[in-house]
Amino acid sequence: MVNTDEQKKMMENRHHRLGLSDNDILEMYRTMLLARKIDERMWLLNRAGKIPFVVSCQGQEGAQVGASFALDTKRDYVLPYYRDLGVVLAFGMTTKDLMLQGFAKAEDPNSGGRQMPGHFGQKKNRIVTGSSPVTTQVPHAVGIALGFKMEQKDLVSFVTLGEGSSNQGDFHEGANFASVQKLPVIFMVQNNQYAISVPLTKQVACEKISDRAIGYGMPGVTVDGNDPLEVYQAVKEAADRARRGEGPSLIETVSYRLTPHSSDDDDRSYRERGEVDAAKEKDAVLTFAHYLREHNILTEQVEKTMHDEMNQIINEATEYAEQAAYAEPASIYNYVYGE
Amino acid sequence: MAQMTMIQAITDAMRTELKNDENVLIFGEDVGQNGGVFRATEGLQKEFGEDRVFDTPLAESGIGGLSIGLALQGYRPVPEIQFFGFVYEVMDAISGQMARMRYRTGNTKTSPITVRSPFGGGVHTPELHADSLEGLMIQQPGLKVVIPSTPYEAKGLLISAIRDNDPVIFLEHMKLYRSFREEVPEEEYTVEIGKAAVKREGTDVTLVSYGAMVHSALKAADELEKDGISAEVIDLRTVMPIDYETVLKSVEKTNRVVVVQEAQRQAGVANHVAAEIQERAILHLEAPVLRVAAPDTVYAFTQAEEVWLPNYNDIIEKVNAVINF
Repeated sequence: MVNTDEQKKMMENRHHRLGLSDNDILEMYRTMLLARKIDERMWLLNRAGKIPFVVSCQGQEGAQVGASFALDTKRDYVLPYYRDLGVVLAFGMTTKDLMLQGFAKAEDPNSGGRQMPGHFGQKKNRIVTGSSPVTTQVPHAVGIALGFKMEQKDLVSFVTLGEGSSNQGDFHEGANFASVQKLPVIFMVQNNQYAISVPLTKQVACEKISDRAIGYGMPGVTVDGNDPLEVYQAVKEAADRARRGEGPSLIETVSYRLTPHSSDDDDRSYRERGEVDAAKEKDAVLTFAHYLREHNILTEQVEKTMHDEMNQIINEATEYAEQAAYAEPASIYNYVYGE
Repeated sequence: MAQMTMIQAITDAMRTELKNDENVLIFGEDVGQNGGVFRATEGLQKEFGEDRVFDTPLAESGIGGLSIGLALQGYRPVPEIQFFGFVYEVMDAISGQMARMRYRTGNTKTSPITVRSPFGGGVHTPELHADSLEGLMIQQPGLKVVIPSTPYEAKGLLISAIRDNDPVIFLEHMKLYRSFREEVPEEEYTVEIGKAAVKREGTDVTLVSYGAMVHSALKAADELEKDGISAEVIDLRTVMPIDYETVLKSVEKTNRVVVVQEAQRQAGVANHVAAEIQERAILHLEAPVLRVAAPDTVYAFTQAEEVWLPNYNDIIEKVNAVINF
């Protein structure tokens, strides 16, 4: 019996309406789960003293993967922020690539172990690297989009950031310019409620981050970041708009950061356990699996095979990365200037 | 007296000044309830309330501008930049604005702001989390730049910085935060800004340093003593302005100098010190002033950090070079 909106959302076939096949959403779920499992492995490795640092995607996989599937991951550009494990996986980064960056090995395609983990960048997959102070990626995304416009390419520059980053000047400057120039940019703010320890109410006074779009003269929407299909729909509309030359959009996905800020942070000093536990019940990795089961897409057999395959992939990648060579100390002199 | 780490001494200095002067305000990213990512402001919000110790939005440039506005209203802001590598985000507020307030307003307005920030290598934090950027700061007239190397001096210097009527960049080396404890008085005291300290007396060579490298210089001096070389170690403590009187007095005695910094050879403070010594004391020198510094690359990744950072062996090597010149 359907007696709540939540249950209705589960029962109703929403993905077909969005033009997504059963296989599409199974692939979406697979990517979300892989992001989660890689992240969990990173924590284990950190706590075992094998990797120096973890900064997590947990709680944001639904938004990250839902959004990426609405883009052309073979042609569009993405400027992710440090939690975007789900995004970079969807754009073609592999588990092995990610493990190599976790271990900071020479083969790490992101920076050869030269940057902190989570500074994603991979030329062949059009994943554009960022810096450590937050939000530097936003004006970069706008510059890339200006290039698309000048070259009349129907590509999208997809940039993500946390809600904390939406307070940086770079956000304002980038969003304003993109809108003035009607550039094909999608600004996706993953609102996970915390900027390290500072809760949303201490960060912003507006009701929604997407309200800021009004000031830039672009559409702004807030969607449930725990619902990959809702995020997919919003990003798809924004991408279509961008490709039609109608300019940028601001999308806010609301979910919750399920882990401390990083492996160096202890969140017990600033938030109640009850709050975290309540958020875990809305975790997209669980609720989306539930949706797939309701629609007989994620059968027991499919699920078991998926878990087994994934565990093997992660084990192999971990082993490979652990045994891979570190960068030679002498290579520190490389790439300071062109030869 | 209590035994304190450098970070405890820094917290204690802020507590002291929050008590002393109601115009002192502490703010930055995560400094409130969380007590700072390195716990430098631990307990201060609870003790002094959210009006005096508060979290800002995640926006370094905004933190800098806010500090200037508050200073113009008579407050003494003590903002924190979470890692000094993030200073690029707030360079205009620091170098283009607060450093020039006094000059621009014909001495009618000042910026009594203390920008605190962790920096420095050796704790396995890659680039932008470990960079030594004091060289950028000392090139901006209007700023004072302080870098303590011990808990006792950190407290006294930070109190002086907060009371100073000009903007002070107060750089806290992360490797020193918890590396050792020493006796630190619980009451208030100051250590004068702009005064170097002779940390070890010697007669054969002068080692001029600051920050974490002071400890490497002291270790080198211990080793050199075994070879019969007596090294004098000077801790600049303030790198703008630099206490050349103390430096030159030592040079006149030892006639040989090695300047030691963690920053890259093209950056930092050593170049200024070497230039000043050759201009003002060339006839006292028996050898060129040599420098120990990191290579001219972006800050090392973790596996290269140990070889990249200057260490006491590098210092010994340069000392032998000036002795045997």
